[in-house]
Amino acid sequence: MLVRLRNSIAFRLALVIALSTALIFAVVLGYNYYQSRQLLEQELEHNARNLTLSLVNRVETELVAVEKVVKGAALALETAAHDEAELLALLSGAVAGNSEVFGAAVAFEPGAFRADRELYAPYIYRNGDSLARLQLDQTYLHLPYLYWDWYQIPRELGRLEWSEPYFDEGAGDILMSTCSVPFYDQREGKRRLRGVVTADVSLDELTNLVSSLKILDTGYAALLSRNGTVLAHPLTEAIMNETFFSIAEARNDGELRELGRRMVRGETGFIRYASLMGATSWLYHAPVKSTGWTLAVVFPEDELLANIRTMSVNMAAMGAVGLLLMILVVGNIARAMIRPLHRLAEATDQLAGGNFDAPLPPVRSLDEVGVLTRDFRAMTEALKAYIRDLTVTTAAKERIQSELNMATNIQASLLPRIFPAFPSHSEFDIYASMMPAKEVGGDFYDFFFIDESRLCFLIADVSDKGVPAALYMMVAKTLLKTEGQRLGEPSRILESVNNILAADNESCMFATVFCAILDIVSGELRFANAGHNPPLLIVDDAVSYMPVHPSLMLGAMAGVSYSTQCLQMKPGDTLFLYTDGVTEALNASAQLYGEARLLKILAGAAPGDLAAALERVRDDVARHAAGAPQSDDITMLVIKLIHLATGDGQVPNADA
Amino acid sequence: MTAIMAMLWRFLIGAFVLVSCLILALFSGQSVAAEAVPLKRASFMPLWSPQAQFAGYYVALDKGFYRRHGIDLRILRAGPGYSPLDALQQGEADFTALWLTTAIRQRAQGVELVNLAQLIQRSSLLLIARHDSGIDTVAAMAGRKVGLWGGDLSLPIEVLLAREGVEVVPVRQSMTVNLFLRGGVDVVSAMLYNEYHTLLNAGVNAEELTVFALAELGFNVPEDGLYMLESRLQDDPALASAFVTASLEGWDYAFAHPEEALDILIKYMREAQVPANRVHQRWMLARMADLMQPQAGAAIGTLRQEDYRATGDMLLQAGMVSAIPPYGRFTGGERAEAKKEEESDRAGSPEK
Repeated sequence: MLVRLRNSIAFRLALVIALSTALIFAVVLGYNYYQSRQLLEQELEHNARNLTLSLVNRVETELVAVEKVVKGAALALETAAHDEAELLALLSGAVAGNSEVFGAAVAFEPGAFRADRELYAPYIYRNGDSLARLQLDQTYLHLPYLYWDWYQIPRELGRLEWSEPYFDEGAGDILMSTCSVPFYDQREGKRRLRGVVTADVSLDELTNLVSSLKILDTGYAALLSRNGTVLAHPLTEAIMNETFFSIAEARNDGELRELGRRMVRGETGFIRYASLMGATSWLYHAPVKSTGWTLAVVFPEDELLANIRTMSVNMAAMGAVGLLLMILVVGNIARAMIRPLHRLAEATDQLAGGNFDAPLPPVRSLDEVGVLTRDFRAMTEALKAYIRDLTVTTAAKERIQSELNMATNIQASLLPRIFPAFPSHSEFDIYASMMPAKEVGGDFYDFFFIDESRLCFLIADVSDKGVPAALYMMVAKTLLKTEGQRLGEPSRILESVNNILAADNESCMFATVFCAILDIVSGELRFANAGHNPPLLIVDDAVSYMPVHPSLMLGAMAGVSYSTQCLQMKPGDTLFLYTDGVTEALNASAQLYGEARLLKILAGAAPGDLAAALERVRDDVARHAAGAPQSDDITMLVIKLIHLATGDGQVPNADA
Repeated sequence: MTAIMAMLWRFLIGAFVLVSCLILALFSGQSVAAEAVPLKRASFMPLWSPQAQFAGYYVALDKGFYRRHGIDLRILRAGPGYSPLDALQQGEADFTALWLTTAIRQRAQGVELVNLAQLIQRSSLLLIARHDSGIDTVAAMAGRKVGLWGGDLSLPIEVLLAREGVEVVPVRQSMTVNLFLRGGVDVVSAMLYNEYHTLLNAGVNAEELTVFALAELGFNVPEDGLYMLESRLQDDPALASAFVTASLEGWDYAFAHPEEALDILIKYMREAQVPANRVHQRWMLARMADLMQPQAGAAIGTLRQEDYRATGDMLLQAGMVSAIPPYGRFTGGERAEAKKEEESDRAGSPEK
């Protein structure tokens, strides 16, 4: 199933398109998420800064108001000497007139208020709706007020200072910070410290303001003191117990400590970090300048990104559905497009099976598949026509072939084929064979007795091959036999036949003929040659060419005269007649069989049995050709004189 | 006949009563013995409000170690405004923790107090300057503002400065290090286990500070020890032994189970309404373990004679005492006997 799917164009198309689209979509979605996040972060920093600074401003406004009260009191104390009543009036005024001030004190350096009082420090504070008074010189018994931070730090530094926040038990455990300003007098040109004016501020309102700030669902604002002490934070148990640094130490978090250091140094910053509440968050921190405290606003990232996440998830879901739809649509389109191809493929299958009449799908439009179908139809038609033609041609060819076969048989039957040809004549032995290169050949041989003692034998090679040569051969053979029996002299036979053939030789054909007459009584051989290659004479295993006079072939022109030559044969002598089909037999690399090789094979073994001798030559030629097609008719005739006949020899039988 | 019967009857009744009494005695034996040794009420005032510097006592109290040693102990409120020495002299506290220097001076001045155990064996006193202040030697403190605690706490520092011939501008140091953090003083006095860590927890990095440890400058003065008036000790030497033993057990337990000890401690700190910072207390408890480690060859809680001598010499040199009280009297010579007595007492107690 999977393999089939994988091989389906529709499936592959849908898959590739789906994958590419999904990739593009994912990249776009990722980019969109990233960009939205960047924008959100920029927006967030802007918002966080505004929120933090506005909060800082609100805190600062309150603190600065208190600073003004304290500074004003200090200025009043520096410009004029105050007695106790005036001092108390000044303090009461400061507390009563400023709602944010919980209590105020003037603490003097030893002996600075009155020489007879070592320490003097009246304190006016709110007690319900009225004001109450305390003498700090009497309440701070175990450690004089001189050595408390609220006194000592501004004293040593000579400037306004806000104390580290502390819980005031006397005021009902509220978180306080004290603003202290040293005041001086000028005596004898010297600026001398007289004491410190202080105002206590309840921080509860401030920390409530910070704590109540709602930032999203889980975001928050926090306030740290100058030492990093937690003043306002959702971790309520950390308030006043922990510093940012002790929390960092407990969590063994070096980065948190560094963040804390940046904050208490009074830096402003916007960072992404793991908040103390455990969520990855964005933090904006800014200093509260007057006190050196730090205000921080924390935005949980999860909540910030919730909208973007939701949007991304929705987009992803929409994309997934769209992708699914697209796969279905693409799959359908592809299938619709492929369907004719399927049908075509099925039709082609039938075509390959031999059914040329299998129906091809209809061509609806001339798209690629339509054109293909049309061309396919044309091809089928062409194939059908071709096969029709081929059938007709084959039939014709078969007819010709059968005729040719018959011609072959006829031609073969024309040549003497029964050996031994003259069983009554022991004087000689004769054997011949003709192997046509085509169905019918132009070579032929013949032998017949002219009278009781004279045997005529001949070998001929008609120019050209095939049917015309065969027809020409028929004429030549018939003429040669009749003229041979009539004339009994080789030269005269050839001259007579030549004249007849040349008379109306419109086809310009000709034949080479070697014609000989053997007198079996005397052993005399009379022969004439018409352009044929000289036969071989084998005497006592020695092979030699017969010395024949060169002369024209038969049929070329009329009136040619031929001469008869004589040769005395002895018993045992053998004559080997052949056509050039033997020596010019070709092998695959177009090499001739050659006369040398023929001579060698004939010399190798004295012919006893002539049939075997011819067989040997034929085999050798076949070996040479090694399967190469026969290019010319191969005709051989061998005759051996065994002994001479006595004078009254038997009556020759020409028909034998 | 009747007389015999009556005799027999009387014998049987007598036997029954005797067996009943024996059984009763057997079953109620334990409670009878426990009631026989009632818990002794005693009180202890530490040097300061609850913090890990006194973890051992709060752990011993919370885990019932004092009760097991027969003491119904009350740890008195301490801190600003409370003087352990006064409490001891006025009989408000049976036991107190005091610095060795304080104790020697008091003894030399005739306050007959006895060292029951010397817990902190080393000086944890430090002088700390900011690295960028350029103060890298004690000599460089000359003319600079140096925060010094009032009372005996700063004694070794004063002796050190006198020995080095360095004249500083002394500024009375309060309970916080804020003056130093704000730049009001150039050098601050600190305890390794307390103020030093407070500085770190205010965002100052260790490498930003130059620390002078008194222990390394030749003033390895032992600090916290447990004290009792000699007269009270003579009244009940067993009580003193039991108190020391239970306290040391408390310390052992606290060091072995620091987180549990911190839980206990923080509970008492919240009760006393003192800011409780676990990280800070953990640091302090770990430092206490270091500081209480006895010198080579000594048992925990032992005041070595040579340390006593060195501290006494320092006080002598500073003119704080005219003579060093004898070591034997200071450490309560008769205490060895009392200890034996207490041990045999405990061995006999079925509650052991």
